[in-house]
Amino acid sequence: MIASDPSKVTAICFDRIHIPGQNTLAVAQKNGAYAFLPTVLNEFDSPKIISEVKTSGLRGRGGAGFPTGMKWSFVPRNTGKPTYLLCNADEGEPGTFKDRDIMRFDPHLLIEGMIMSGFALGVRDAYIYIRGEFLHEANVLDAAVKEAYEANLLGQRILGSSFSMNLTVHRGAGAYICGEETALIESLEGRAGRPRFKPPFPAVEGFYRSPTVVNNVETLCTIPAILAHGGEWHSKIGVPNSAGMKIFSVSGNVNKAGNYEVPMGTPLRVLVEQYCGGLQHGDVPKVIIPGGSSTPWLGAEHYDIPLAYDEVHKAGSMLGSGAVIILDETADPIALTRRLAHFYAHESCGQCTPCREGTGWLERVMLRLEAGQCNEQDLVVLKEASQHMAGRTICALADGAAAPILSLLKMFPDAVRSYLAENKA
Amino acid sequence: MNTAVDTTQMGKVEFSPLQLEAIRLLIARYPQPLSALLPVLHMAQEHFGYLPMNVQQLVADTLNISLMQVREVVTFYTMFREHETGKYRLEVCTNAGCMLNGAYELLDHMCDTLGIKVGETTADGLFTITEVECAGACGGAPVVQVNNIYHEKVSAGDMDTLITEVRGKKLGGAA
Ligand SMILES: Cc1cc2nc3c(=O)[nH]c(=O)nc-3n(C[C@H](O)[C@H](O)[C@H](O)COP(=O)(O)O)c2cc1C
Ligand code: SF4
Ligand code: FES
Repeated sequence: MIASDPSKVTAICFDRIHIPGQNTLAVAQKNGAYAFLPTVLNEFDSPKIISEVKTSGLRGRGGAGFPTGMKWSFVPRNTGKPTYLLCNADEGEPGTFKDRDIMRFDPHLLIEGMIMSGFALGVRDAYIYIRGEFLHEANVLDAAVKEAYEANLLGQRILGSSFSMNLTVHRGAGAYICGEETALIESLEGRAGRPRFKPPFPAVEGFYRSPTVVNNVETLCTIPAILAHGGEWHSKIGVPNSAGMKIFSVSGNVNKAGNYEVPMGTPLRVLVEQYCGGLQHGDVPKVIIPGGSSTPWLGAEHYDIPLAYDEVHKAGSMLGSGAVIILDETADPIALTRRLAHFYAHESCGQCTPCREGTGWLERVMLRLEAGQCNEQDLVVLKEASQHMAGRTICALADGAAAPILSLLKMFPDAVRSYLAENKA
Repeated sequence: MNTAVDTTQMGKVEFSPLQLEAIRLLIARYPQPLSALLPVLHMAQEHFGYLPMNVQQLVADTLNISLMQVREVVTFYTMFREHETGKYRLEVCTNAGCMLNGAYELLDHMCDTLGIKVGETTADGLFTITEVECAGACGGAPVVQVNNIYHEKVSAGDMDTLITEVRGKKLGGAA
């Protein structure tokens, strides 16, 4: 049960995740799933829901942190075209693995969140775009969707109301870029996932050029609690400008890697020491990657940083999807950077020259650096190529590719120099 | 899973009436039929084992689109395979969380054990090893997917056991 006193809330998205059998409708309903849905469908209307979501302070959990209520209010009404709701379950950012747990353990929470969101947006057809590798999770979702249709929670005139909505689970096929919302749309239309220029934004021209809302799994799963307890209630959880609970996926050199849902603003040290069983080696991390592999690195001096949007931004990075990757004293930041450079070169969709060429360059130079074949001039290339990529492309993948390189050069200049050819001979 | 079907690049292949009905239902879920391309490719790959040219042509004909449209998609997404692989695909994640928890050591051990390099298939056609990007399960690092099934916190011993069991089965042993 989610506490109605905001100071006592211990979980929102993970509230029922540990209950055995929670993936079945019977167990989910026994534990409160869909309990508030009739009230929403019969007593709420679109303006009221959007206003509650705005008041809640909920910001998108997929990475960009855009205010959800505001995004919803950009959707034009009465265009004569259908409005689509797409759930982004692509979960490809290295370090992120939270949506998977929601989907495999509590799929009905996502379905309920999508029905309520779809109702607010006047949606007739909604889709869950799930990464292709999550076959098990897609099967769990499919089974839950089937049960929901049979119980008239989906389909025609849901629970006797005037609202009808279809929901389809759609598998991707192994392409990180399809997590970017416009690439996701291209992919869902049956094409290669190449991001589109923005504007127009999907809210105005998205799936088949119709108004489309793309939201992350965790974002949508927060909606039922917000509507049941009120936007005001949600806004009091966490810290100013970062309302609510957040699932942090912690990986790397910690003893108990995993997903932990904590109030926004929880200090990183608390997350690592109280939840993750501390570091594998040493007392402080060598590198903190706070929001997934695409976010700039922080050093040990930020070990006490409150995990909230503004605080992490002030420190020079981003909260992103809440994927915290920890490197301890035994880790080699150069090897990690080389591995990430490979990732971005492999995943670039190739349509912008700075990204296609730049990510390839970065990987090749990193490979040579690691092999002790670089000179000072190569370091300049590394830095300049990274700086030239960021902000000059259609999507943010290029910025993400530059982040680890620039972080490495800034935080570990001596270690990098020790790899240069003249020091390796 | 891999039903015995003629999948030579030239041979004629077909969907069964049941599969065609499933495809018709799939198409109906989307505003336009092209959206069904990824699901139909998944279905075809599941059935035929991989996606040689004749299967891609079949998908194009079934959805009434050009072979080029199918090729573009098949080559863009890493999960679509144009070539036959071993019966067991061992896909080792070596991205950040896994790398920091011994994924490369595990990968090297597997390559040594099977006597192949990353991307290769064992001579008996049983195993293919590939290196993949973050599987979205970093809490369970290192992660190995075996034919789409996730194995987490995998040790070298776990992989040895799996390999021995598979080989035992092949020789008719009681694995
Ligand atoms: C390269 C790239 C990859 C992304 N991958 C994901 C992803 O896997 N899941 C996700 O929810 N958002 C991802 N995003 C962010 C989406 O574009 C989009 O902002 C998000 O789905 C919006 O949902 P939200 O407002 O609920 O966070 C990615 C963005 C970029 C640039
Ligand atoms: S930045 Fe890279 S991934 Fe993004 S659209 Fe351009 S080429 Fe594609
Ligand atoms: S890094 Fe291996 S699953 Fe994410």
